[in-house]
Amino acid sequence: MRLEPIPNPSAARRLGLPALALVATLGVAMALALIAGANPLAVLGQIAKGALGSKLAILETLNRATPLIFTGLAVAVAFRAKLWNIGAEAQLYAGAIVAVLLGTGALGSPLVLPVSALAAMLAGAALLLGPVLLKTRLGVDEVVTTLLLNFIMLLFVSYLLEGPLKDPMGMGWPKSPALIPEARLPRIVDGLRLHWGFALAIIAAVVVWVIQTRTTLGFEIRAVGQNPEAARFAGMPVNTVLVKTALLSGGLAALAGWSEVAGLKGHLSSDLSPGFGYTGIIVAMLALLHPLGVILTAIFVAGIFVGSDAMSRAAGVPTYIADMLLATALLFMVLAILLTRVRVVRG
Amino acid sequence: MTTGPAEAEVVLRLDRITKRFGALTANDAVSLTLRRGEVVALLGENGAGKTTLMNILFGHYVADEGTVEVFGQPLPPGTPRAALAAGVGMVHQHFTLAGNLTVLENITLGTESLWSRSHGGARAKVERLSRDFGLAVHPDAKVGRLSVGERQRVEILKALYRDARILILDEPTAVLTPQESDALFATLRKATALGLSVIFISHKLHEVMAIADRCVVLRHGRVVGEVDTHATDKAALAALMVGGELSLPRAEARAPGPVLMRLEGVSTPDRGAAPGLKAVTLELRAGQITGLAGVSGNGQAALAEIVGGLAVPAAGQLSLHGQEPKVWSPGEALARGVARIPEDRHHQGSIADFDLTENAVLEAYRSRFSRRAWMDWRAARAFAEGIIKDYDVRCPGPSTRIRLLSGGNMQKLILGRAMAPGPDIILANQPVRGLDVGAIAYVQGQLIAARDRGAAVLLISEDLDEIMALSDVIHVMSQGRLSPGFARGTMTAADLGLWMAGQKFGDTDAA
Amino acid sequence: MSEIVDILISASFWAAVIRIASPLILATMGELICERAGVLNLGIEGIMVIGAFTGWMAVYQGMPLWGGVAVAMAAGMLFGLLHSTLTVPFGLSQHVVGLGVTLLATASASFAYRLMLPEVTSPPKIQPFQPLSIPGLSDLPWIGTALSQTALTWAAFAVAGLVAFTLYRTPLGLAVRAVGENPAAVEAQGLSATGLRMGAVIVGSGLMAVGGAFLTLSAFSSFFFEMVNGRGWICIALVVFGAWKPGKAVLGAILFAAFDALQIRLQQTSLGAVLPYQLFLALPFILSILALILMSRRAEVPAALMVPYNKGER
Repeated sequence: MRLEPIPNPSAARRLGLPALALVATLGVAMALALIAGANPLAVLGQIAKGALGSKLAILETLNRATPLIFTGLAVAVAFRAKLWNIGAEAQLYAGAIVAVLLGTGALGSPLVLPVSALAAMLAGAALLLGPVLLKTRLGVDEVVTTLLLNFIMLLFVSYLLEGPLKDPMGMGWPKSPALIPEARLPRIVDGLRLHWGFALAIIAAVVVWVIQTRTTLGFEIRAVGQNPEAARFAGMPVNTVLVKTALLSGGLAALAGWSEVAGLKGHLSSDLSPGFGYTGIIVAMLALLHPLGVILTAIFVAGIFVGSDAMSRAAGVPTYIADMLLATALLFMVLAILLTRVRVVRG
Repeated sequence: MTTGPAEAEVVLRLDRITKRFGALTANDAVSLTLRRGEVVALLGENGAGKTTLMNILFGHYVADEGTVEVFGQPLPPGTPRAALAAGVGMVHQHFTLAGNLTVLENITLGTESLWSRSHGGARAKVERLSRDFGLAVHPDAKVGRLSVGERQRVEILKALYRDARILILDEPTAVLTPQESDALFATLRKATALGLSVIFISHKLHEVMAIADRCVVLRHGRVVGEVDTHATDKAALAALMVGGELSLPRAEARAPGPVLMRLEGVSTPDRGAAPGLKAVTLELRAGQITGLAGVSGNGQAALAEIVGGLAVPAAGQLSLHGQEPKVWSPGEALARGVARIPEDRHHQGSIADFDLTENAVLEAYRSRFSRRAWMDWRAARAFAEGIIKDYDVRCPGPSTRIRLLSGGNMQKLILGRAMAPGPDIILANQPVRGLDVGAIAYVQGQLIAARDRGAAVLLISEDLDEIMALSDVIHVMSQGRLSPGFARGTMTAADLGLWMAGQKFGDTDAA
Repeated sequence: MSEIVDILISASFWAAVIRIASPLILATMGELICERAGVLNLGIEGIMVIGAFTGWMAVYQGMPLWGGVAVAMAAGMLFGLLHSTLTVPFGLSQHVVGLGVTLLATASASFAYRLMLPEVTSPPKIQPFQPLSIPGLSDLPWIGTALSQTALTWAAFAVAGLVAFTLYRTPLGLAVRAVGENPAAVEAQGLSATGLRMGAVIVGSGLMAVGGAFLTLSAFSSFFFEMVNGRGWICIALVVFGAWKPGKAVLGAILFAAFDALQIRLQQTSLGAVLPYQLFLALPFILSILALILMSRRAEVPAALMVPYNKGER
């Protein structure tokens, strides 16, 4: 077999194939439900109901989507430049640590929220700076270094929670002290359990979108990602662009951790993120790296997780079905996107 | 030989081969026969369908219609293995060698069952073949360290080792000095004397006249003529090839202006098998086309990188208008009026999935098409439309992705982008490679026009004919060394060939 | 300092080094085969998880230990088939597909585990491989202890030897080395670049899964979700550290295992009282990064690594 480019793919092909990928994912979901001995349609229904079936469910989904928007954006920005930042998990924790460091009394005025948000972004950016400099200076593959940093960061968090940041009132649980009220993100509407982190995530997505489409940096990021050789030839500072991309990406991922601590949890624990950094990759890829698309796919992915939790309690299908579905969706989607541009021909 | 090739048995018969790529018909009912002991040239300009036809024969592509017969047996389509087994050996234009393996390993690759242990005996056969055919190369040398000429010998040995009876050579002389080409021709004559048959793909008329018995001319995928080389001449072949009279521009001599760029004793480090520059001194003068001849891989890339701002001299100086720039980068080169037409328009000159607007502003987006950090897409689009109009870029519009354009139209956009700021130094690296005759004439005409306006043009080409037709001054590169400049008309191709082979450099750099 | 010397000269330390190195060697050989053929397999982490799970579950369900190894290998090859189908003929991003395979394989193990053992809080144990007693060798004083290893460990070293032999002494290995350097070269010689690459990824993934199964069938006796814990990523670093050569990669794995075994023992010493234990646990990851930095731009990377090959691309 051979792949032949399609010069001008039709709209049906460009929209139909990704839709088909999602349908195929649903098929896998039903097959898994069957394997688990449950009624496939009922399982799908319960996932949907668990994610969107009530005001509470929707709010839970949106809350879960918030860190995923941030990590999805972080990945989308980086992947656009073909900078393979797989370290959003570690950068997320960097942001969370800063939220605790500055939010537990070190800063006490109304300044604490903006200052700690900025500091969190700096911390996340700094964490990605190492791998990107190793890449640009020494040619060290950033995939492996960012992955390895995730493990190092988790151990560092564990150390902090058992040592310097341990909550004296924590009854032995490895968690940090609670944030002071001024350092907490307020709810968007009184009484509704949805914090300002969600709104910030949407704003971040719009800002990233504007950067990508309207600014010289966005032009450079796209050029470097598509063809670094041509970008360099045309006079673009390729390494500088990669570093700027890394700072942006790391900063966005850090906001995920910061908003989880400041908005949702109010403290840091080592189970703050159930892999939001890795899931961000799926969110970004499903959105075809489009910043506004990330909002939608993050909500979709969050809905699958929240819905699967609810379904699992009701139907007894393991909640890990969510992870399987999302990984499947990712693989189906990248294949579908390819097939919008090429067709498979014989010989 | 007792019987001439004309009566010898037919070893290969292509019958009405048709191959389409989407809307393009690359081969349209092409038929061709090859006899034992014969050299048939397949002549045609770029894009005429020569390489496609041979890729079908060798099994890389499957023809939509038509059949291939080798020694009277039909050849199953689509498998190089079948072609190899039938005795067809191909020397591709881009060598298909693994640089991390030795010569011997490259030759034996795929000749033994994958599920066996390697057996000896290969070495003796390779050594015998290289002796018999005059193909000197060390069997244990790493291919990555070989020169281009040596690599070609390995390619030919690969085919001979498999007992190929039919050799296909795709543009084999493009990478050789005239003298190396002569050696290749000697090898081919030995091969035909031993009963092998050769298909020789080329667009160079004098080579075809020198080596081929017969010549099949392709144009736009069709056979437009089949002639005996003894019964024709170059002019007739040229007319067949391009379909009428189409003369390429020739630049007339002019008085040169001041030196705009000067390299003084510039050296750069070697990069693997590619030599760096060895104390190169070069002056580019206003109103002059400086031609740089040489076999590819002799340091032209390193020189182009220096002139274009992609590299800085490790030793020596570069000056523009008598000044040495403090920093030297692609951006700095652009800012100082150096226009660059890159060697590889697909990988260096354009971004395939960007549209024409984005590609048009790739070099000037900061200086001309943005305010502070914001892109001015309206101005960018107007700029692209201007290039499309002025340079006759055939395309649906500025929002077309550049990957959909033909090579010639892509090159016109790159040319328009480079010429827009009114550069006074122009680096044109292989500017017409792979273009059809119409586009070649256009691009070369633009370079001459730029010279006539007073620009200094550095033309780098592996095509000696092109260099000799356009250049006011010719330098030759060999192993990173630069020859003195020769004024227009003072050197023959054979003279330049000796320089290309490095024989004229004497021992000035023996130290 | 003398504490460290005591550790380094003890036979039990070296026994641990060899034991810790074994799964790394298996998975590193798997990754090395893939990369030599030109495919970066980031599925390694997940494939090790699926190998650890399926091998253990097969034995728990009553299969013999070697049956568990075979099941793990088959499961790994299945994910290798998925990875290579997407990355080789379709030429999709090896980064994205690799991570997708890791996520899918890990999720599959978790899903199947919960499906088969819905209620348990701690995973059931199996009877793992026992150290082999080798006549003559096992009775030697120091060496006998150091080489008191299971059959799977001996197999890991045998596999490394076999990989090296195949790569450098057989036509198959020649073809694999060639396809990682220039797929067009093997196509022009009548071999299938696609077939070679897919085969390499499938076999390599099988070895990764056996590396994972070592954890459940030889090192420990049950399956935990986090048990692979980054070993796959470390193996990718080891391939770079070993300059894509089997012998050097094995040495790298042993060196690495030595540091790992050392850090475990150092935690019990006076150093462990001063420094946080997390620092010791982070040592393998820090070392991996250092190894990557050390080897950067030194080794000859397979030229076509991560470059998809589309036959007849024009």
